[in-house]
Amino acid sequence: MTESQLILEEPLRGGQMWSRVLRRGQTLRLTDLEGGASVAALFYNAEDPSERYNMPDTLKAQHIARLTSGFVLYSDMGRVLCSVVADTVGWHDTITGHGTARHGLAKFGEGTYQKLRNDWYRNTRDNFLVELGKYDLGKRDIVANVNFFVKVVVGEDGALAFVPRHSPPGGYVELRAEMNTLVVLSSTPHPLDPSETYQPKPVALRIESGVPARADDPCRLSRPENARGFALTESYFAGRS
Amino acid sequence: MALLESKLDPATAVLDRTVLAGDGFTHVVARGQVFRIVDVEGNQAADTLFYDAHDPKNRYSAVDTVREQGNIYLTTGTKLLSTEGDVLMTIVADTCGRHDTLGGACAAESNQVRYALDKKHMHACRDTFLLVAACCTKDLGKRDITANVNFFMNVPVTPEGKLTFEDGVSGPGRYVEMRAERDVRVLISNCPQLNNPCNGYDPTPIRVLIWDAS
Repeated sequence: MTESQLILEEPLRGGQMWSRVLRRGQTLRLTDLEGGASVAALFYNAEDPSERYNMPDTLKAQHIARLTSGFVLYSDMGRVLCSVVADTVGWHDTITGHGTARHGLAKFGEGTYQKLRNDWYRNTRDNFLVELGKYDLGKRDIVANVNFFVKVVVGEDGALAFVPRHSPPGGYVELRAEMNTLVVLSSTPHPLDPSETYQPKPVALRIESGVPARADDPCRLSRPENARGFALTESYFAGRS
Repeated sequence: MALLESKLDPATAVLDRTVLAGDGFTHVVARGQVFRIVDVEGNQAADTLFYDAHDPKNRYSAVDTVREQGNIYLTTGTKLLSTEGDVLMTIVADTCGRHDTLGGACAAESNQVRYALDKKHMHACRDTFLLVAACCTKDLGKRDITANVNFFMNVPVTPEGKLTFEDGVSGPGRYVEMRAERDVRVLISNCPQLNNPCNGYDPTPIRVLIWDAS
């Protein structure tokens, strides 16, 4: 077994956006440094970004409405973009989307760059548009995102309940890319967070080298659907490295 | 559940069309017009997407709709929100009581994952969406096909975060009716799924009707 090598260690400040192509097999760990973090995330096949993370396909293939270790993120093409290989938080939201400038203004008031410089009030949607724009992607490419460290419970009547400060200080989640995956992140407040103070949380990012899911990988074995999802992913890469 | 019947008479509709299982439908519903989908024989799934007719980037968003109303189910009173936070449609009548926002559409590829690798040849909603988008619209394609509404489908989430597919709450003749709050393109795939017990393995027709603003 080859030892994994550290590729990148980088802070994601509260309010900041980030993107990178994770090569197949590489892992990305997100660590909530202070507790109560909220990191919105989108995922694309870096070779053809029209293939992207698909919330309904991820949910119905695994009969889940949250993400934690043992589950995977499906693309719209029946392939596995990323696996969740470790998680100390237990619940990452998939169904409540992200905030916009309109949400920010209503909740936090005005926070201009003119006045606050780089502590100005950012929002997830604008951050996504900026970061996606660097790859010539835009509004048509923003889909239902994952919210790492966020828990929103659904009651029996369908009602949503946001769980404040769900993620503890030091809580982490680790993804492994199963395809060459463009990951786009934004560490910005979740719109259901009742806090009326703009206090986006810092997160530590750590990327290591690795290999894609092996034959005995827990994500592959967790459900027969995932065995087929990995088979389709491996078929996509067949005949090339 | 907020069951509410409509007073509108099908005899006065300006459009009244049957959409067979496995077929698609698209139409621009003008602001103020009322659009109804009828589950003719019961337990059918009408996979439906909505777009601002003049700016299709501004499209139905399941997660914005769910979050802003604080509930995952759609029924009377629900405002179907767009990615820009605009109201596209308001549900004004509903004799079914619950419609799904999370299950999305079937596709050849997701059928392979969910059921078996040899299901790739089977007809699926995404194929219908792609064909109707290509043939009947000037501006829609794969990137515009996102998480849709499944009218008449029942897909509960448990407090533990599990997604379940329950028997339909719909029945023959149940319908949902919505008012367009701007000019809205509606894109429907009448689901052809043969692998899922949600429709009794027997996909059936839906009927769509439009009334002018009263």
